[in-house]
Amino acid sequence: MKNHILKVEGLTKSFGTNQVLKGIDLDIAPGERIAIIGGSGSGKSTFLRCLNFMETLTTGAIYLDGTRIGRVVGKDGDKESVVYSPRTLCDVRKRVGMVFQQFNLFPHMSVLQNVMEGLVTVLGKSKGEARQIAEAELTKVALHEKLDAFPSQLSGGQQQRVAIARAIAMSPEILLFDEPTSSLDPELVGEVLRTINTLGEEGRTMLLVTHELGFAYRFATRVLFLYDGKIHEQGTAEEIFKNPQSERTRAFIARSSEFSL
Amino acid sequence: MAYEWDFGVVLAQWPLFLKGLGGTLLIAAISIGLGVILGAIIATGRMSRLAWLRIPAGIYVDFYRNTPGIVHFFWFYYALPIVADIRMGPLEAAVLALTTQSASFYCEVFRGAILSLPKGQWEGGAAIGMTRFQTLRRVILPQAALRMVGPFIERTFELIKTTSLASTLAYGELLYSATQISAQTYRPMEVYTVVALIYFCLLFTFSLLARRVERRLTHV
Ligand SMILES: Nc1ncnc2c1ncn2[C@@H]1O[C@H](COP(=O)(O)OP(=O)(O)O)[C@@H](O)[C@H]1O
Ligand SMILES: [Mg+2]
Repeated sequence: MKNHILKVEGLTKSFGTNQVLKGIDLDIAPGERIAIIGGSGSGKSTFLRCLNFMETLTTGAIYLDGTRIGRVVGKDGDKESVVYSPRTLCDVRKRVGMVFQQFNLFPHMSVLQNVMEGLVTVLGKSKGEARQIAEAELTKVALHEKLDAFPSQLSGGQQQRVAIARAIAMSPEILLFDEPTSSLDPELVGEVLRTINTLGEEGRTMLLVTHELGFAYRFATRVLFLYDGKIHEQGTAEEIFKNPQSERTRAFIARSSEFSL
Repeated sequence: MAYEWDFGVVLAQWPLFLKGLGGTLLIAAISIGLGVILGAIIATGRMSRLAWLRIPAGIYVDFYRNTPGIVHFFWFYYALPIVADIRMGPLEAAVLALTTQSASFYCEVFRGAILSLPKGQWEGGAAIGMTRFQTLRRVILPQAALRMVGPFIERTFELIKTTSLASTLAYGELLYSATQISAQTYRPMEVYTVVALIYFCLLFTFSLLARRVERRLTHV
């Protein structure tokens, strides 16, 4: 039996009356690298943000290592009411890291301080230990010589690599990437994708929302095509890109002009 | 016939001017200190996710924004003794009026600066497992503090000028001294010219200091 590190069950998410996610089920095994593709507005970001509870689920459940997140306190028809305590959410986010399209680095902190922050404030490590870990992670993303620089002094690609270092420093069990290269100049995309690829080779469990279909093809062990708030089709990269079953998937991939396998 | 200015008799009253200036500085200093603390508390309430904190804090700010300052002075001095049987001197009433009023303005200074930061900063903190409070303390406030400086100074100047309303409660600040001197010397034009100059020197000195502080802070 496959043991699932993350399990999503009947996930829906509405903003007011606008139902964005319409029922998503997904099991993720350790070491999987999942690429999520789909048109803009199809709910890719919302889905990813539900996984670390940056958005609260409207209905459905998420299990981390077999444990349901949140406490069910009642039932109203078939809709459960679930309480997510701030503590629970912080614990989940320690274990499920996230990298944003806009980096979201802390501009008043140096590169080193950005990476140390979570280690000291959240994990309670000593400054010395945090520094050691942060330096090691920054070396991994090839930014060891920028320790004392501030984010504003770095290129977009460098900033995103700092953000990646900040996320992996927390030793998360799962990493979420929401279009990590979409706000970068084209010539900087490669360095970030290479960094992400290296993390994949280490056997990390990752979910990546991306428009870089070529990268998704080489990188992902599984590809999800999101359409209309649902997983419209999924399979191996080979299956989705070379032999999609659905006409809609085929059309989406054909339309993505920059796609070259 | 041209008015004949005579500052001599007026300036001879300098001890009274000085006493008034002292009174002004005293209520200003107390009200700034207390107003900042109360303002921070109200700002916390106004940004809370709990409606029972957020709504009263919002009403408080709206109340002070939409009523003239002098009404608060009168209310604390004349109405509170009747409503709640709390009797207080002009100093206490003036400090209460100024503090509660400036708290609502300082609250908006704090809140405005905090809200001006992009949502991504909160999310950056949350994504590494920080609590809202940790994110506020480590990520938001250090950045918001710089954006508060300008509006904070602006508000403080308003507050210092508003202290003149305390004269209506016969509290001995600058303007009250002026009324007294003017009654003694029959030289109101000279008296109020001097008072204007004192206010000007006071605030202008403050603004030079404030600009230096601001420059130092924003250039780290
Ligand atoms: N915070 C929000 N409030 C209201 N609507 C939102 C919010 N976030 C996303 N949406 C809506 O959800 C839909 C999906 O958005 P998103 O998940 O960002 O799509 P994608 O990442 O696939 O482009 C869009 O219609 C968007 O307007
Ligand atoms: Mg998106």
